[in-house]
Amino acid sequence: MDYMTIDGIKVPIEGEKNILSLIRKAGIDIPTFCYHSDLSIYGACRMCMVEDERGKMFASCSEQPRPGMVIHTNTKKLQQYRKLIIELLLSSHCRDCTTCTKNGMCELQSLAYRVGVHAVRFLNKKEELPIDMSSECIVRDPNKCILCGDCVRTCAENQAVGAIDFAHRGSKMQITPAFGKQIAETDCVGCGQCAVVCPTAAISIRTNVTEVWNAIEDPNVRVVAQIAPAVRIAVGDRFNLPKGENAMGKLVKALRIMGFDEVYDTNFGADLTVIEESREFAQRLESGEKLPLFTSCCPGWVKFCETKYPEFKDNISTCRSPMGMFSPVIREYFAKKDKEEGKTTYIVAIMPCTAKKAEIHRPDNFTNGRQDTDIVITTQEIIRMIKQVGIKFDALHSEACDMPFSMASGGASIFGITGGVTEAVLRHLAPDKDHTTLENIKYSGVRGKEGMKEATVKLGDKEVKIAVVHGLKNAANLLDSIKAGTAHYDFVEVMACRRGCILGGGQPVPMGPTTRTARMNGIYEVDQLSSIRYTDENPLIDRIWDDVIKGHEHELLHRAGV
Amino acid sequence: MLDRSFYEKADEIISVHGKGKESLIPIMQDIQSVYRYIPPQLLSYVAQKIGITEAKAYSVATFYENFSFDKKGKYVIKVCDGTACHVRKGTLILEQLYKELGLSDDKHTTDDMLFTVETVSCLGACGLAPVMTVNDEVHPAMTPDKVTETIKKIKEAENE
Repeated sequence: MDYMTIDGIKVPIEGEKNILSLIRKAGIDIPTFCYHSDLSIYGACRMCMVEDERGKMFASCSEQPRPGMVIHTNTKKLQQYRKLIIELLLSSHCRDCTTCTKNGMCELQSLAYRVGVHAVRFLNKKEELPIDMSSECIVRDPNKCILCGDCVRTCAENQAVGAIDFAHRGSKMQITPAFGKQIAETDCVGCGQCAVVCPTAAISIRTNVTEVWNAIEDPNVRVVAQIAPAVRIAVGDRFNLPKGENAMGKLVKALRIMGFDEVYDTNFGADLTVIEESREFAQRLESGEKLPLFTSCCPGWVKFCETKYPEFKDNISTCRSPMGMFSPVIREYFAKKDKEEGKTTYIVAIMPCTAKKAEIHRPDNFTNGRQDTDIVITTQEIIRMIKQVGIKFDALHSEACDMPFSMASGGASIFGITGGVTEAVLRHLAPDKDHTTLENIKYSGVRGKEGMKEATVKLGDKEVKIAVVHGLKNAANLLDSIKAGTAHYDFVEVMACRRGCILGGGQPVPMGPTTRTARMNGIYEVDQLSSIRYTDENPLIDRIWDDVIKGHEHELLHRAGV
Repeated sequence: MLDRSFYEKADEIISVHGKGKESLIPIMQDIQSVYRYIPPQLLSYVAQKIGITEAKAYSVATFYENFSFDKKGKYVIKVCDGTACHVRKGTLILEQLYKELGLSDDKHTTDDMLFTVETVSCLGACGLAPVMTVNDEVHPAMTPDKVTETIKKIKEAENE
């Protein structure tokens, strides 16, 4: 085996593409701003500079490891070099850290501390630029941008959207939509993946915490929370719980302390989706029309398809998302009681997703002209609210959700991960509900982190071809091949974010390899620990169906006007 | 919305250079040589046609000083501000042009759309310093008086 020497440590070269990966493998956390393993290498931030035996310095992210190489990552020269870069970055950067949304989680802030920048010698000559608040999902503050380009590459390479890019050059360079437009005027789908990779608060989540507090404060408002499947395995991240641990019980308790009147599980909504989407799929299979059927749970994907591939619009399921189905059902459930008590029901959806913030304002998600979900807050925002109250989250005793929306199938719980929707639908459509069926579906090819997965499943006498994609770039590739006639499917599940909602734009960052695996295992564990694995075995569904939904299936559970 | 003729022209230019993303710069150059600027809507149109995002096309266009999204006058005057021209008082030439035409560092084109004045870093004719060009016609060894005279001549020719 070939080796190279890093800071005196002999490190085996095992196919790594760059020296940076080897340095990290050696256990040295070399700082970077612009390096993300799943994006192209940009080499702009120069934080990962290393020095070789002859004193030559180079960026380790864009240098191939060679056997016998000897490098140092932390010489005096490198220390000074990094310090100067940070100082220069800070010279034209907003330094109001205490009031910044990224305070305490900012990579620029933490690196400035780490390399020991205590004063900035240079004057800030940059003029203040306006903050772009046009998007319902994200906020863009160009004054906090360090031009690492992570957002640009994420948007173009992973998401195939390309709403923003570099413009101008030299000291005038900035990251912006074309012609200085607002984000809302672009093809932005609101997935928030740019905010995930942004090391500062140049792109952050549009927060709606104040609206929630106002509703809680109002005695005439019944504040109802619904919690999405992927929130429970990520919310503990900021409270020292093990990564990927299911903290649903603690979250329910925390919400009650904060003053929520009812706390429900969006997984119940996912069970509704399983039923409706399975029915729709069976119908389309029967008629052979509008195939493949595309899932509609992910608002980022729906918007992407509508703007970039409008020719496939009719293939998208008419079903609302689990959140979108659940809210009108809750509202309907309380309609009579609200009238009697003179209250209004205010539905807060706690989601791993920034695009959901826009979904609730889509007219096709309204019931009888009324907005169903009142507000969406992300996992990050609920964490902030819990911290605001001062709840010792890790010490809370777990509690269960409120009846009658507290129970859901394991199939519903995996809606938060790529392949989950498909798996749940396949379980529902399978004639035999036993362990063998579960295992067969599990290993049918729908699980896993590959961007594009395929499975062929026998339903009745039909061979059904399924594709599961995550990351909009993979979706674009799939649509292109369907368009070109080189690929044929009956059912296609798409999630805008890679790995699905567990790595959604509203989830706590950073989301490195350990976190990814932990969240994946965490969400599958929720399924495995459910005594009900199949949607049709959820007893509460029948009850709500009879009491609330019956006769209103289309207006409550499907998108209006399609 | 631009007139349909703009899009037809763009289609014609695209067909010359091909629909690959590498054609972006030659296409922009041709559009600019036809209209003396790049109409923003036309850039978005070209981007879509050659399969790149609008933001990427804007990124490339703004990287080069040469591309402009602002309409330019019939006569584009470029004043050299390279080292040789600068030391031989090229600044006075620029100031005289500003004075004659009522322009400034922020306003480059006259309201009658006749003149646009801009500076360039070097025209590559240092031996003739200070130099300016009027629509690619070189005017060597300029003085403020010669500027006044040149402008007068153009205006007279226009009025005839």
